[in-house]
Amino acid sequence: MEITLTHYLLLAAAIFVTGMVGFIVRRNAIVMLMCVELMLSSVNIVFAAFSRFHLDGGGHVFVLMNFAVAAAEAAIGLAILVEIFRRRRTVNVDDLKTLME
Amino acid sequence: MESHTTETLLRWIVLVPLLGAAINGLLNRRLPRQVAGLLASAAVLISFALSVTVFLRLTGMPAEARFVSDIVTTWIGFGNLQVDLGFAMDPLSAVMSLVVTGVGFLIHIYSLGYMAHDKGSQRFFTYLNLFIFAMMTLVLGENLLMLFVGWEGVGLCSYLLISFWFTDEANAAAGKKAFIVNRIGDFGFLLGMFLIGATLLPHLGGGEGLLSFRVLQQHAGILAPAATAICLLLFVGATGKSAQIPLFVWLPDAMAGPTPVSALIHAATMVTAGVYMIARMNFLFVLTPTAMTVVATVGAVTALFAATIALTQNDIKKVLAYSTVSQLGYMMLACGVGAFSIAIFHVMTHAFFKALLFLGSGSVIHAMSDEQDMRVMGGLRKKLPLTFWTFIAGTLALAGIAPLAGFFSKDEILWNAWNSGNKVLWAIGFIAAGMTAFYMMRLVVLTFFGENRASAEVKSHIHESPATMTMPLVVLAVLSIAGGWVGIPHFLGGGAHFMTWLEPVFSQPAVVAELAHGAVAHGAEAAAHGAEAASHGAEHAGAHADTTMEWILAGASLAWGILGLLAGYFVYARKVSVAESFQKMGGGWPHKVLLNKYYVDEAYEGAIIRPMYRLSKTVLWKWVDVGLINGLLVEGSALVVAVVGSVMRLFQNGLVRFYAWSFSIGVAVFVLYLSFSG
Repeated sequence: MEITLTHYLLLAAAIFVTGMVGFIVRRNAIVMLMCVELMLSSVNIVFAAFSRFHLDGGGHVFVLMNFAVAAAEAAIGLAILVEIFRRRRTVNVDDLKTLME
Repeated sequence: MESHTTETLLRWIVLVPLLGAAINGLLNRRLPRQVAGLLASAAVLISFALSVTVFLRLTGMPAEARFVSDIVTTWIGFGNLQVDLGFAMDPLSAVMSLVVTGVGFLIHIYSLGYMAHDKGSQRFFTYLNLFIFAMMTLVLGENLLMLFVGWEGVGLCSYLLISFWFTDEANAAAGKKAFIVNRIGDFGFLLGMFLIGATLLPHLGGGEGLLSFRVLQQHAGILAPAATAICLLLFVGATGKSAQIPLFVWLPDAMAGPTPVSALIHAATMVTAGVYMIARMNFLFVLTPTAMTVVATVGAVTALFAATIALTQNDIKKVLAYSTVSQLGYMMLACGVGAFSIAIFHVMTHAFFKALLFLGSGSVIHAMSDEQDMRVMGGLRKKLPLTFWTFIAGTLALAGIAPLAGFFSKDEILWNAWNSGNKVLWAIGFIAAGMTAFYMMRLVVLTFFGENRASAEVKSHIHESPATMTMPLVVLAVLSIAGGWVGIPHFLGGGAHFMTWLEPVFSQPAVVAELAHGAVAHGAEAAAHGAEAASHGAEHAGAHADTTMEWILAGASLAWGILGLLAGYFVYARKVSVAESFQKMGGGWPHKVLLNKYYVDEAYEGAIIRPMYRLSKTVLWKWVDVGLINGLLVEGSALVVAVVGSVMRLFQNGLVRFYAWSFSIGVAVFVLYLSFSG
């Protein structure tokens, strides 16, 4: 069976939905952060796939950019989480609602 | 159109006083009082020097070309609507700027002495300089809108200076009254300008200043059909500013301000702005006999009306204030019979002697420890010799005694009124002239003659004013005596130089003259001579007529003035019982009516102000403000926001997962919409 663009897109969609559902249902901030990474990765797959099938190197550039952004985002996110954990002794997002008002 | 000469000095005539006002206003209390006063005086002196410079340059030009302009920039440029920010000087505005800055400077000097002990002295000089700035904008404005800017500016300064001692409620109220009454007049002025714009704008090509006086004059033909309405509306503005019936009520109350202000603003300069404006728009006024008749009638009636009130007033400044209203009436009368140059002549001579009289009364008030009631004055002749003699000069000038300044201008006005064909106008002016002499003599006698009736405390403080105050008095006295000699009419062997100087401004271009004659042909016989006199400029309409009549009238008015003076002296100095019997005449009510100024204030109070209050209280306050504005608009919109907010608040629960969930649903809906909308 030949692997077409559709297969790549379906895979990406599956990963994206996994990440999204994970982000919505889980309460642990670290897991949620990981879910965000999953969604970013699925986007990377889409970029790479289109790049490959359209014979255009531009997509790869975006993938590399995305890596950098994802890494930076993870670093900052984790740093914030560590700080929150030090103060509040929890990373459960349902308990972190002081910004409500 | 002849080529324009540019004169960039013009803008500095206007700007230097503004600069003075800015410095004094910004530094205020940080400046010593004397420094602030000297700075302000220097600014006006510079302005005066520049005016003289430009004036001399004008005299060097041929008579028809005497016009310099200084267009700074285009102020409004919108389609073919163009109004320039610019200044211009022609013989008319030259006379006005010399009077304003010259008399203004003298009054600044006087204020140095008069306001030396006042805590707000710096603020006073700031306003005074600001006033000169506004007045010069009014006088030198190149178009009607610039004139209006100055017009509003002097109104503001008048308000600020009337209520200068604002801690006294009455002063603040007088300021408000002046401002509000003037606003009524300004409303008419604005409508007049709009009407000019609406009539003229469709006919203008690009690059022509819509309200520029020169453009208006050129297109007088287009404006002719609307001239009556335009002129009457502009005249409404003039009745406000120049205190004519029915809007004169603010001027007597304006005496609440410091006396130099009364002299500068409410006698010599600002109140003549209405006369200046009408003289400026003469090319339009001559086209409409109706408006001219209205102007002349209102002027004559005001002259008599105010003179009768002045007969009975006891406050020294109130007498002078009603006298000012009366004299402004004379100027309007002159405008109304087409003798514009005579009106401006009277503006000038009146500026000299009325400023002198006000400053003299200020000197008296100063000496009497701020007492203004003449009933407790008297006998000041010996104590204040310089004030007394200068005051006499001003009185004789105002009473029209030859050869002082007032004689020539007032006599010329009466002569032109006689010549207008409406002898009633002349008779009213003639009667008022006698009254003028009478009430001025009454003032002089009560103030300077007899025994002093003040308390011993006040009496011990009476002293002649310092030199800063007496020097301007002397200069103004000289001007009051000699100022009229520039305009001695031909029949007295004079050259009428003043009228010749103004002639280019008031001699009409062919198109206007033709229209004016057309207007005459269509009727309104009364204004026939007015239009004719105007189209002939300063020349007498009856120049070819025999001068015998002129001699008789001049002799009569001179004799009448002397008679008024003698009567005044006799009644108030010799036979006080006559004055008392005046008061009891006719059961005492004529005197009471005059003393209470014909109850005009009370009538306005009852007919306009009270109903307005009632309307405001019941309808405007209880219904419109409380119900509509506050209830519906303010609280209603607040209620809508509150309801929407209370619903929207449910969405902000602080749960990140909820936000993510709503976000996802939102994206899903958006994507679905994009997919199915094609």
